[in-house]
Amino acid sequence: MAIELHPLDQFKIEPLIPIHIGGIDASFTNSAFFMVAAVLLASLLLIWGTRKRELVPGRWQSMAEISYEFIAGMIDDNVGHEGREYFPFIFTLFMFILLGNLLGLIPYGFTFTSHIIVTFAMAAVVFIGVTIIGIARHGWHFLGFFVPHGVPWVLLILLVPIEILSYLIRPFTLSIRLFANMMAGHTMLAIFAGFVAPLAILAAVPLKPLAVVPLGVDVLLIFLELLVAVLQAYVFTILTCLYLRDAIHLH
Amino acid sequence: MNEREKNDPLRDLGERLDKARAARPKSPERAADNTSTGNALALGWRVGIELVGAIVVAVFIGWAFDQWLGTRPWGMVVMFFLGVAAGMLNVYRTVTGLGRAVGFKQDAPSADASIKTGAGWDDDED
Repeated sequence: MAIELHPLDQFKIEPLIPIHIGGIDASFTNSAFFMVAAVLLASLLLIWGTRKRELVPGRWQSMAEISYEFIAGMIDDNVGHEGREYFPFIFTLFMFILLGNLLGLIPYGFTFTSHIIVTFAMAAVVFIGVTIIGIARHGWHFLGFFVPHGVPWVLLILLVPIEILSYLIRPFTLSIRLFANMMAGHTMLAIFAGFVAPLAILAAVPLKPLAVVPLGVDVLLIFLELLVAVLQAYVFTILTCLYLRDAIHLH
Repeated sequence: MNEREKNDPLRDLGERLDKARAARPKSPERAADNTSTGNALALGWRVGIELVGAIVVAVFIGWAFDQWLGTRPWGMVVMFFLGVAAGMLNVYRTVTGLGRAVGFKQDAPSADASIKTGAGWDDDED
């Protein structure tokens, strides 16, 4: 084959501005660039969208209000009113992930949520934060979280480790879910896109029109990826809400 | 007088909105409306990752214990089964209570019939 395919090259981190501090590579990378872009876009959308504060919102204000109300409603439904004080964090998390996922779908974009270290860092912040909130609100009673009620103590020996394990697993499943979804989707897009040129160039003449098939698959996949991008931002946020609820409404 | 007239269309809009909201069926519990494609997809992903992730993480912890204490292969064996159990538990919770933890009080609107009758350890209603 004359044409080489590298469907995983899109995930490569490349330093844009090399910065080395004391042997630590702190370069400003393409990943960091898109994180900054996501933050700027989110700020722009919300600040610019709400600058007029019209009673009957225009398009931009509607977008800002819809995203606000979506998360506010999610917190109300899943955490309750005590959850309102955590709104800024959850909203920021949602907008950051959502814009990160969507920016990655733009050609030549980079999907920073397709790196497990990024999603794991976010999940770890959620996990540690929620644990601290639980301990701060309930003190030692928080450990009762791991002790199911009405179970004979013999079974507790088995159940408590399982409970603790299923609690410790949370940050991992939370981060793997987002990263795996994004990485799988983008790899699939690249693989199908990689079929187009070889089919059109290298295939025997009667087979050349077949290049349309992977192209069509990619068009459909883009729609699926749009769905997944929004959905995974939603799932990450709603799970954060559920974990927060567990920590706040301890029995 | 003038002000009230200005407010009128807004109040009218508000009343119409209220009416429309009242007429719409109350949005059902999220767990119940997992019939749409997006939610089904999300639920499927959640269940799969929950199960696999639990086992992978547990086995890794077991392996690390083995490396540390030199108890190969027992840490890994024990943690594998604990991981399977924890994964199953998480999947069960995902499907029935959408992430409800064990100690969680049953005052959320999402109280699900299957949970109330199904799980013996979840029945402290206070």
